[in-house]
Amino acid sequence: MMLSLKNRDRLIGLASPAALLLLWEASVRLGWVDPRFFPAPSTIAGTFLHLARTGELWENLSASLLRLLFGFVIGGAPALLLGLAMGLYRPVRAIVEPLVAATYPIPKSAILPLILLVFGLGEASKIAMVALGVFYPVLINTMAGVLEIDRIHLDVGKNFGAGGWQTFRTIALPGAAPLIMAGIKLGVGLGLILIAIAEMIGAQSGIGYMIWNAWQLMSVDTMFVGLVVIAVLGFAFTWALDELERWLLPWKARA
Amino acid sequence: MRVAALPDIAVSAPPKIEIGGLYKSFPTRSGTFTALDGISLDIARGSFCTIVGPSGCGKTTLLRILAGLETATAGRAAIAADDPAKPVNAMVFQGDSIFPWMTVWNNAAYGLHMRHAPRAQVKEVVTHYLDRTGLLPFADRYPHQLSGGMKQRVSIARAFATDPEVLLMDEPFSALDEQNRTLLQDELLRIWDEDKKTVVFITHSVDEAVTLGDRIVVMTAHPGRIKTIVEVPFARPRDVLELRRDPAYGALVFRIWGELRDEVARARRQEAEGRA
Repeated sequence: MMLSLKNRDRLIGLASPAALLLLWEASVRLGWVDPRFFPAPSTIAGTFLHLARTGELWENLSASLLRLLFGFVIGGAPALLLGLAMGLYRPVRAIVEPLVAATYPIPKSAILPLILLVFGLGEASKIAMVALGVFYPVLINTMAGVLEIDRIHLDVGKNFGAGGWQTFRTIALPGAAPLIMAGIKLGVGLGLILIAIAEMIGAQSGIGYMIWNAWQLMSVDTMFVGLVVIAVLGFAFTWALDELERWLLPWKARA
Repeated sequence: MRVAALPDIAVSAPPKIEIGGLYKSFPTRSGTFTALDGISLDIARGSFCTIVGPSGCGKTTLLRILAGLETATAGRAAIAADDPAKPVNAMVFQGDSIFPWMTVWNNAAYGLHMRHAPRAQVKEVVTHYLDRTGLLPFADRYPHQLSGGMKQRVSIARAFATDPEVLLMDEPFSALDEQNRTLLQDELLRIWDEDKKTVVFITHSVDEAVTLGDRIVVMTAHPGRIKTIVEVPFARPRDVLELRRDPAYGALVFRIWGELRDEVARARRQEAEGRA
């Protein structure tokens, strides 16, 4: 039976990580690598089950997810509105664009001390880090998305009497939606990176805390469990957002 | 030859559209560009006015001023509103103007939605015009699933659905192939015959101007002025193919071409100079 190109790619996509895991396992068992630094995948899986059973894993995971969710909403919603306004109104763009250009390149992880100073060691600083990570890609992509809308569509809105809010809702938002979705995907990825970093300092819970704490206790397999969880989260978010996009933007012709 | 008597009322009634001394210029790097230079034109209520001219003669600018999308530098362009509840105009744009993110149905209903029309009215009106344009079976499709001709039909349905005081059409069929264009001209005439709205129709095709119009306004090359206005004597309702067999049709097309030839040549020269 002939496999379609898409199915073939899917099969390879499953096979290559599996091959890597097998190689890893074999290397540890054959004594090629030091299990204190690189515990075998089977050991990591055992630790994973243990942490899941004691509830430690879920406690940390839910703490991280909750921070991600709040940060995502607090950073994403204003970015969306401001990005739409920047795309639609020249003066808004003229005012905000230089500020964005100046602050965007500052590494978010470098702002962490400042964030801790302002928001303290509690939840607020973790949420602020995620919000910062989500804010920029969503803002920049939303603005670019609105600017990319064909002028004729804005003329149509004007000609058929669309007011400011109607133009937002029926033209700017849906027209920019494909690029907004791309911005959200980038933002979620950055949010994951930043939440792990933020939780390593002054946190008492979260996947980042779990990794940092494991390092301090030299519990290397727990550390790997944390890394695997972050990888799985990244994969799951990408998949979920792809599905959401398919459902939200049925008008995008898919290649 | 079929010749319709011009109704007296068109002469005595106040015009639906009054354009007086209309002047439009744009600032450019090399000085001021005059797009329209003193356009004066009355368009009778319920008449179909076609405007032909060489490319760059300002005919689209004229239409955009009527649509309220641009403002005139001087002069006036007024559309008499008979019913304050109706929108003053609706435009059928050149090229791809329907929203790719809306279904055919929501595109056709756009003007009505913007005016917060009651649901029952939207349903009735949109069903009617999608039916008249043959799009009812495609109501749930998205534009990327439609052909160019179908997209322009959606655009026409969208404009008619708002029941505007006047319809403005900016070369709506210019991107279509010959067969589709003829079909859509025929459909447009049939829909227009239902309630005979005042129409201003821009085209660069002399054939199209003669086929559709009651009067043809011939414009000069840049700067845009009115060269001449020609009455079209053919009776309505018109059948596009039948009309083209009529020797008088050919004679009229030939006459308009005579008016237009010098202007097209002049526009060519201007374009060549502009590039040099």
